[in-house]
Amino acid sequence: MKYLDEYRDGKVARKIVDEIRRIQTKPWVIMEVCGGQTHSIVKNGLDYLLPEDVELVHGPGCPVCVTPLEMIDKAHAIARRPEVIFCSFGDMLRVPGSEGDLFTIKSEGGDVRVVYSPLDCLKIARANPDKKVVFFAIGFETTAPANAMLVSRAQKEGVPNVSILVSHVLVPPSIAAILQSPQNRVQGFLGPGHVCAIMGYREYEPMSSRFNVPIVITGFEPLDILQGTLMTIRQLETGRAEVENEYSRILDREGNRPAQKLVSSVFEIADRKWRGIGTIPKSGYKLRWEFREHDAEKLFNVKEIDTREPEICISGQILRGIKKPHDCPAFGTLCTPQRPLGATMVSAEGACAAYYAYGRHLKAEKEQRQAVHVLGGVA
Amino acid sequence: MCLAIPGKVVETFEQRGLHMAKVQFGGIVREACLEYMPETQIGEYVLVHVGFAISRVDEAEAERTYQALMDLDQLTELESPVVEEMEPGEDRR
Repeated sequence: MKYLDEYRDGKVARKIVDEIRRIQTKPWVIMEVCGGQTHSIVKNGLDYLLPEDVELVHGPGCPVCVTPLEMIDKAHAIARRPEVIFCSFGDMLRVPGSEGDLFTIKSEGGDVRVVYSPLDCLKIARANPDKKVVFFAIGFETTAPANAMLVSRAQKEGVPNVSILVSHVLVPPSIAAILQSPQNRVQGFLGPGHVCAIMGYREYEPMSSRFNVPIVITGFEPLDILQGTLMTIRQLETGRAEVENEYSRILDREGNRPAQKLVSSVFEIADRKWRGIGTIPKSGYKLRWEFREHDAEKLFNVKEIDTREPEICISGQILRGIKKPHDCPAFGTLCTPQRPLGATMVSAEGACAAYYAYGRHLKAEKEQRQAVHVLGGVA
Repeated sequence: MCLAIPGKVVETFEQRGLHMAKVQFGGIVREACLEYMPETQIGEYVLVHVGFAISRVDEAEAERTYQALMDLDQLTELESPVVEEMEPGEDRR
């Protein structure tokens, strides 16, 4: 591990933090968009290194978190069917729906399988021609090329018994929705590195000028995040609003063209509901009509499921940077990773789960105990 | 789950018309699809997300990123079960 030092070096981190302190004159609120960045910030305590009036707020970029409860219930309804082999990435297995999770369904005899790559579903489908193989296609732009390839190959190779349940979301419309909200506090963004490895960052440019907001595409390692924060503050302090690329060692403005091409041949832009936030226009993908035979929602015709989130949960405000996990009276008490009440607690990359995992609930425990008392033990 | 994992391409092959590779991540070797990085050569390092190479990296970057992902406990997807090619009826589960 001879190369580690440069990006983990405390001296370099100190230098960046000193530079932030030197140039910063006003309070700023900066949002990191990606769940991986949130996890890294909380784990490494990067927010504690920054000046007190530079606040990092945590964005909506955790795909498991923002998958709507109705969609999870739909997935479960399909997974329970005897003719179905239901395939998913591992991190969806423990996400609770209105009744249980995919693990429960598996333990009750459902054929639920974790796959590494969506392409695994083709192998499973060919081996089980009498079964219907359904893949739970969730995720942001990073995952879309893999899911698009599954559908494209299924059609090309003539594998009729494979379909996907699509819950795909896109980063730029969520940033626009945050900026358009009258309650918005966010003044600059750390853009999502691996999403932009696919998409490039061209599409962020009109948004940056329209809303007059700096967007710095940033990696997820500690020094990346500090450097991205410095670049954002430098723009804010000098009145600039541009898209900059902190992560140029991984990505460029154009992104991965072959991936973009296949994605747009399989998917088209659609309105999508985001857990905690609600419907954002043109914020996700649906399968193009040509691929309707591989669209699980059409094939299984699962009726609309009415779900209700606990009223106490403030994850919608957390995902938009209006509040922090500590502001929630249920955080770490009624709501834990074992018994999550809402979006930001259901995945390790969610802000609440990250705060909980790294002991940040303990600090506020006393106030929370008081809050729970006030709430009269709502369970 | 939006983070991609860097690994070294140790073998390339065709599978049902798809350009594929075996990619080494630490001690684990997994298959990855190279359709989105068609120029990739054996010995190069790529970022792999859910079984697809999406970007090329150098060796130094690969090692650093791999360690950072390990620190964040973001490598568990590599332990997902391996699904082999099977004949119809061969999938005994």
